[in-house]
Amino acid sequence: MTQTSSLLVAQQRLLEPGQINDQVIDRVLGQLTARQCDYADLYFQYTRYESWSLEDSQVKSGSHSIERGASARVVSGEKTGFAYTDEIQADSLLDAAQAATAIAAAGQHGSHALASPGQPAALYQPIDPIDSMPSDQKVDWLHQIDQFARAIDPRVTDVVASVTAIQDVVMVISTDGVRQTDIRPLVQLNIQVILEHQGQRETGMSGCGGRHDLQRIMNRHSIELHASEAVRQALVNLEAIDAPAGEMPVVLGPGWPGVLLHEAVGHGLEGDFNRKGSSAYSGMIGQQVASPLCTVVDDGTIGERRGSLSMDDEGVPSQRNVLIENGVLKGYLFDKLNARLMNTRSTGSGRRESYAHVVMPRMTNTFMEAGDHDPEEIIASVDKGLYAVNFAGGQVDITSGQFVFSSSEAYLIENGRVTRPVKGATLIGNGPEAMQRVSMVGSDLALDQGIGVCGKDGQSVPVGVGQPTLKIDAMTVGGTSQ
Amino acid sequence: MAQMSKTKHQWAVHQQQQLSELSEQILKAATREGATEAEVSASIYAGQYVSVRHGEVETVEWSKDRGISLTVFVNGHKGCASTADLSADSVKATVRTACQIARFTAEDPCTGLADADRMATCFPDLDLWHPADLSTDDAIAMATAIESAGFAEDDRIDNSDGASVTTGEAVSVIANTHGFIQARCSSRHSLGAVMMCSDSDGMQRDSWYDSKRCLDDLSSAELIGQTAAQRTVARLGARRVRTGESPVLFDPSCARGLISHASAALRGSRLYRNASFLKGKQSELLFPEFVQMIERPHQLRGLASTAYDQEGVATNDQILIDSGRIARYILGSYSARRLGLQSTANSGGIWNLEVSGVGSRDDMLAQLGTGLLVTELMGQGVSLVTGDYSRGASGFWVENGQIAHPVEGITIAGQLPTMFAGIKAIGADDDGRSATRCGSILIDRMMIAGE
Repeated sequence: MTQTSSLLVAQQRLLEPGQINDQVIDRVLGQLTARQCDYADLYFQYTRYESWSLEDSQVKSGSHSIERGASARVVSGEKTGFAYTDEIQADSLLDAAQAATAIAAAGQHGSHALASPGQPAALYQPIDPIDSMPSDQKVDWLHQIDQFARAIDPRVTDVVASVTAIQDVVMVISTDGVRQTDIRPLVQLNIQVILEHQGQRETGMSGCGGRHDLQRIMNRHSIELHASEAVRQALVNLEAIDAPAGEMPVVLGPGWPGVLLHEAVGHGLEGDFNRKGSSAYSGMIGQQVASPLCTVVDDGTIGERRGSLSMDDEGVPSQRNVLIENGVLKGYLFDKLNARLMNTRSTGSGRRESYAHVVMPRMTNTFMEAGDHDPEEIIASVDKGLYAVNFAGGQVDITSGQFVFSSSEAYLIENGRVTRPVKGATLIGNGPEAMQRVSMVGSDLALDQGIGVCGKDGQSVPVGVGQPTLKIDAMTVGGTSQ
Repeated sequence: MAQMSKTKHQWAVHQQQQLSELSEQILKAATREGATEAEVSASIYAGQYVSVRHGEVETVEWSKDRGISLTVFVNGHKGCASTADLSADSVKATVRTACQIARFTAEDPCTGLADADRMATCFPDLDLWHPADLSTDDAIAMATAIESAGFAEDDRIDNSDGASVTTGEAVSVIANTHGFIQARCSSRHSLGAVMMCSDSDGMQRDSWYDSKRCLDDLSSAELIGQTAAQRTVARLGARRVRTGESPVLFDPSCARGLISHASAALRGSRLYRNASFLKGKQSELLFPEFVQMIERPHQLRGLASTAYDQEGVATNDQILIDSGRIARYILGSYSARRLGLQSTANSGGIWNLEVSGVGSRDDMLAQLGTGLLVTELMGQGVSLVTGDYSRGASGFWVENGQIAHPVEGITIAGQLPTMFAGIKAIGADDDGRSATRCGSILIDRMMIAGE
């Protein structure tokens, strides 16, 4: 599909049902800028969602939803006025625009600089992934997942699998000259199994996703890979002994453990926190905030990745933003508001959960560049420590820098060798401190499988993480055995 | 009645009528499309949010959310569809989509509406409707007062992440093909603040909020700002403690989290999937004998009060934990049928859970003696399948019942069944901010990982 046909789809989904034409948009923009302001925008969104889920070896439920709405925003200094409507009609849009202007001072209409954010390059096909596979095939693949997982091990008692497809159509019209549309497909497969052995139960999970059609995740290779992985994790955890408690060296595996960077680095570098001076990284540009082995990047431009966006929710093309280079803090992530207040440019990081939420600076795909060490060599360097390869998620207090992430698959390292699996444990540290303690970085950079969700101020957005195997000399591991 | 309340009242009456009519039309349309049974929930929410930072307005936001969701059952096959677009075409498409989905889902003898004889027939006024009579300017003034009180409370407060005031009113309708249809109006308003301070060790932040059905029931703006400030400066100088076992006192907000792990593990949907460590434990002693928990759905102005659950089943006061034993599971009609039990009117949630307790915060600190007081927990390290528990924590080290110093950068870990059985005391110091009313909880010992 071409750029022009994307625009046609967007117009058909967003504007035509309510007979919104250029004259109406001009009137709404006029209303929005009737009072003095620095910036104003309109955001239109149509989201179609479909999900099928299997339990008890049967697909017993399916659901579908459609949301359509628009929001109006006015920014004046540090103030934001924001209103939205789920009726994309002239009257509702004018009402929203009027409500949003309440924060702006009465008076002369400000002058609006016409920025040229450039034309976004399409990073994914503008498809509707729901229609990329017939319903009976989706149901059939879910059944195959169930059969395959149960065949791996007779101790599997339950398999819960779901497949989700979303088409998100957005249009941004702003006073700095943006008039852009983006059609964003997103698909996801999740598999959870429960295993029972001698009265003990364990669970394992695996999944994948991205901004493409359903064939890419619902095929023989993919379902077998993820069903086996879920069963493997549950089996490992059945054998797990109590995790150790206390401070020790920690080796993190490649890929999904990159949630470390998301929590320990990424959130603390979001521009809103730094403008407000509320982040542990505030005012530290140019300083050594991590060991020289660390180069951390937030890159929204990787084709078809879950965290990627052709343009952000303010119409700015995504970028590859180097956050930390050889340990030195290079930059923050900015949306337009925070960039303007800090005299810099948006980094294409303005994101929102939906039209009903305000824009904030957010991450896309956050990862650490590969280093020189062989992963085996990294493990061999540890006498007594923890090797963690899978995590359930994390959280950070960006002000104190305290962050946690909870392992779902981890092993003891004893005398340079990975030995017994240990139960899930939370790891806690201080972002800048932990990053200074990174002493070895592997050559095996991997990105995650495409199922990450990031929450901030109650808003969830899809993201990605990645890293090579790396070693942190000391972290506190929250097990139960001393 | 003030003009604004009157306008909101008229809005609510109008919305109740509109959503009720629409719900009935949808049920009829679903029946025409072949549904043997169907249920609809429809809602509309209108709210205002303002935030103030450093004495200046930061955000003024108006919310208006609508939605309809439909579940159809076609001879035991289930389909769901929802839409936020209430235009006739979109509603029609939603009905058709739900019925189309039901063509692909498997037949399930447990699926369907809750039994007709369980539908609520009695609808007491639960006093949930108190629309806010607060203009945007009033809300801004209130947020400003919260933040100023925070700055005034302590000289060490040197930054703020803002103070906010949220007001909101909702109308919701539940209808099904048993002929059950009920509309109701409710309101919920909140105040909150996040304050910051710093010293040579770095920065700290903390927050406080309150949330109630009626503006008049909220803590004062001053108290919100002051409490946020006190909590923030109390963190200055936080450090780790040594790794080792210790008694742990959970403050009420953290204690509610512990209770929520128990209630989540008692949910029918987890039990029939074998995804709960409490599977097969009904009528077992989970807590010490002094522990009593009761669900009170008809509490006036309660944050989770309702006369009927999401399926229309009548709610009543019901014991959940009786003298430490699991008195029942938490079931909607589907999970009840799967487990061969009756619905406990918990489709959609738990309707105000009251955990009995005795003793003030000081009494609880005295009982803790020397150990850890936890005031914040971080991360997702709780497995409801195995009961394994390991979370990041911050709070205070307590010696002989007195706060000794703030603590951060540690984890606490244990096994939920052991932790529950090891509860030594539950306080009566609930802060009234949640639908779960529970005071501080003292656990005899947990593993702390620190230095």
